[in-house]
Order: sequence, then C-alpha cells, then structure tokens
Amino acid sequence: MERELQILLAGFGGQGVLFAGKCIAYAGLMDGREVSWLPSYGPEMRGGTANCSVTLSDAPIGSPLVTAPNVLVALNQPSYDKFVDEVVPGGVIIADTSMIADLRLRDDVECFGVPATQIAEDNGLGKGGNMVLLGKLYEVTKFCDWDTLVEGLRHCIPASKAHLLDNNIKAIKLGMEA
Amino acid sequence: MEKVLMKGNEALAESAMRAGCRFFFGYPITPQTELAAYMSKNMPKVGGTYLQAESEVAAINMVYGASAAGARVMTSSSSPGISLKGEGISYMAGADLPGVIINVQRGGPGLGGIQPSQSDYFQATKATGHGDFQVVVYAPSTVQEMADIAYEAFDVADKYRTPVMILADGMLGQMMEPVALPQPKDPADLPEKPWACTGHGGKRPHNVANSLYLTADALEKLNVERFQRYEAIKAAEQRAESYLADDADIVLVAFGASARVARSAVNAARAEGIKAGLVRPITLWPFPEKALEATIASAKEYLVVEMNMGQMVEDVRLCIEGRRPVEFYGRCGGVIPTPAEVLEQIRAIQGRLNDAQEKEGE
Repeated sequence: MERELQILLAGFGGQGVLFAGKCIAYAGLMDGREVSWLPSYGPEMRGGTANCSVTLSDAPIGSPLVTAPNVLVALNQPSYDKFVDEVVPGGVIIADTSMIADLRLRDDVECFGVPATQIAEDNGLGKGGNMVLLGKLYEVTKFCDWDTLVEGLRHCIPASKAHLLDNNIKAIKLGMEA
Repeated sequence: MEKVLMKGNEALAESAMRAGCRFFFGYPITPQTELAAYMSKNMPKVGGTYLQAESEVAAINMVYGASAAGARVMTSSSSPGISLKGEGISYMAGADLPGVIINVQRGGPGLGGIQPSQSDYFQATKATGHGDFQVVVYAPSTVQEMADIAYEAFDVADKYRTPVMILADGMLGQMMEPVALPQPKDPADLPEKPWACTGHGGKRPHNVANSLYLTADALEKLNVERFQRYEAIKAAEQRAESYLADDADIVLVAFGASARVARSAVNAARAEGIKAGLVRPITLWPFPEKALEATIASAKEYLVVEMNMGQMVEDVRLCIEGRRPVEFYGRCGGVIPTPAEVLEQIRAIQGRLNDAQEKEGE
C-alpha cells in the first residue's frame, strides 16, 4: 500500500491552485485510488487566498478537509505563513520562492524552494508557475506514473485550451529539474 | 463501471436526470449553484425543462405543478432559499405530491454565511413547513452517495407520494470525488401515476391536486391516512451505515460531512486502542432507530458530532432513552470540525470510562 498523501495547495485566486489540485486528483482516479478534492469557495477566491485539499489514499477517505497536510504546496507568502506550521513532521513543503521572500524553515520538514513563477515567465509559459510546482511535487512524491500524470492532465484541460497541453507538460518537466 | 471525477452538486444533478427527472425549477444561491448550472446546460440535451424562476417561492410552486401533472421534478437551493420553499413543500405534502428538494446547506440563521453547515436538521426533519407532515430526508456523505441517493429519491417519492429532501451541505456540493453514475432511465418506462392531473379525453373523473379541505373530519381522515403511510416509511426505509460499531465502547453518531470527520476520528482513536465506532444515519427521517438500537449492548457512551449547535442529538437521546450518556460536540456557522478536535472528545470520554472502571474495581 502506498502512502496516503494529504496535500494542501494554497495561493492567490488565479494562480491555478485548484487546477493543479485537480490534476493530482485525476491521476489518482486513473490509478483507481480513493481521491478527494475540496476547494475553498466563496468570496475568498476573488483577490484573496484560494486553497485546495487533495487526498490520495488506498482506504476510504474520512474528512476531505486537509488540516494536517503531509504535503504543502505554497504559492504565496500569506499561504506559506498560514500553513507552514500545520505540516506534519516528516512532511514536504514545495514553495514558490519567486513569491515567497521569507522562507521560514522547519528542521522536521523537508522544504523545496522553486522560483516557479520566474521559471514559467523565463520560458514563455505565462502563468505556468502552478505546473512548475506540480512538477517538483511529482518529482519528490512520485504520486503516480508519468503516463498517468499526462493522461490526467489531458482530461483536466478543457477542450478550448487543449493546445496548452504541451506547455503544461513543459512546465512540469522544468519543475522536476528545478 | 467507469468512474469520473465530479463535484457533488454536479453528480447529483446528472444522477437526477438519469433517474428520469425532466423538470428543474430553481433560483441561484451559493453553495448549490453548480447544481442548477449543470441542469441548465444538460437538461435541454435530454429534452427536459430547466427554468430559473423569479424566486424560490415561484420555483417550488412550479415543482408542485409539474408533479401534479405526473412528471419527475426537482428543485434545489441552500438554507435561506429552503425556508422560502417551506410553504410550497407543505402544500405538496398536503396534496400528496412527490418531488425531490435539495438543500446544500450553509451556515445560518438568516442569510448567515456560505460555508458548509448542518444547521437545517430541525427544519428538514421536524418542520419543513406548517402542518402535520413529514418529508423523507436523506443525508449523503460522499459524492457517490449524492449520485446514488438522487437516483433512488425519485422512486421513494413516487412510491409514497411524498416530497423527498436530500440534505447535503457546501462541502459535499463543492468537493470532487470519483463517482460511478447510474444507468439512465427513460421517463416513458416509469410506472404510471393514475392520480396525476393529465388530459384524458373525458374517460375518467378529473384528478385534482389540492391541499384545501374545509371540513375538519375530512382533513383529519386524510392526515391519519398519511401518517399510516409514514409508519410504512419508518418500517421500510430507515437507512444507516455502521462503521466499527459492533464492539464499540464509544459510539459516534454523525451524518453527512461531519460523519466523514467522525470517521477519521474513529480511525485515529482505534489506532490508540480506544474502541470507538460510528453510526452514520443515511436517512434522517425516518431516523434509523434500528441501527442505533443495535449498538446499545456494547456501547458505554454516545458522542453525537454535528455542524450545528446540537440538533440530531435530540433524536439520538430519544432513541437511547437515558440508558446511556449521550454527549454532543459541534461546530457551527460554517466551521468544519477537525478529526483532532473530535479525537480529543473521544479521549475525554475514554478517560471518564477508565476512571469509572477503576472506582468499580476499588
């Protein structure tokens, strides 16, 4: 049995937090695992913080609200500050260091800083910072096979944006190498 | 069966259409809006009618009309909107009209907030509207159950000629999980409704859908007959899930979203060697008395967990009838309790049980 992943993704509305979470959830679905995806909703999505709980498990999932994540993906400073102490000991943090200047480290948690927004911009990938971070998360946790990840991504991208699949894959690969 | 990843609101809507629902009347409100949006997009594709009414009151009366004409019909809203529908639901119950009403609950009272809540338990199970009546109330706890229950709700509504409510909440509506959708039914294949007000070319006496009875004796007779039907529902339709409850010292009772939190807490308690279990009512009315009664032999204490100030706990106490202590833990206003908080409650109860045992030993 693989480890249960309790992932919390957090950032500003518009950074693609919910989408990145959906890609992870879809990969879990394709692997036949138990999956839950729970977004924050309402006024905080507009200009405020957006976050998303994703659980991948081999047993039925209890609370879908991740309050003690073993993976935190932080896309901005307020989210990092808010959730850094919630991560369980032995957990993993993936942080966008283009957006997070003050990366307060914990010695019982492994923290991977990736200048994801910068990497996306430098490579002409626009707002692909979320996918760069997803790439790093994938490299660190290997939550599914590569083919499953790509296939899941294909499902999550709406038909009108299908041409962006390659860019998303490119961003993920950049994140894996970062 | 192939599973798809869907939001609870959307899975419920799709499943209702697959159950043969061809009429949806609603009015937007967070956090159920995806349900109506899904209906607006997809109902026309199956030849059905989606209509955004001018208000919740109008929507429920359109449900009354479509139901009276024999159609499978649904409306959805969230807490404040359900209050507005209360009058129409009472009229439907009084006219013995089936229909499915969805409440994707948010925090109250008043306009309250938009975050998940379970504070409409009393409203759903005791007094959805005025008068002597009940509606059947289901409480799904997963996206799969949102779909499964929506599919069955129409059958139950038609069978007993009663409104059925699905009491969901913002968490279940907004979250995505894998779901296997049921097989689509053709409305033409559904059982006939001889009571429906349809055109008949003068071949039979007119059917009338009505809840006005000015003769006291006639009204009493109808109500008594309806309550006999409620007894049949109580006997046949109680549903609950028991999870590790067979040998449990501490039995948690929770429904819907809070049952998921309780389940996590039960797992954590078991990992510490505390014999905790969970009874999860799937029907809130009829309340699953039988499933609860089955736990009384092993249970030393009950803990009811809800996202409100304590509502279902009253029904649990009615069932337990003072034979065991029944404790309550709740968060409200849109706050979701954490498994850690619930585990603390379980530990405290276990501590008291241990102390009592020690005293007995002395």
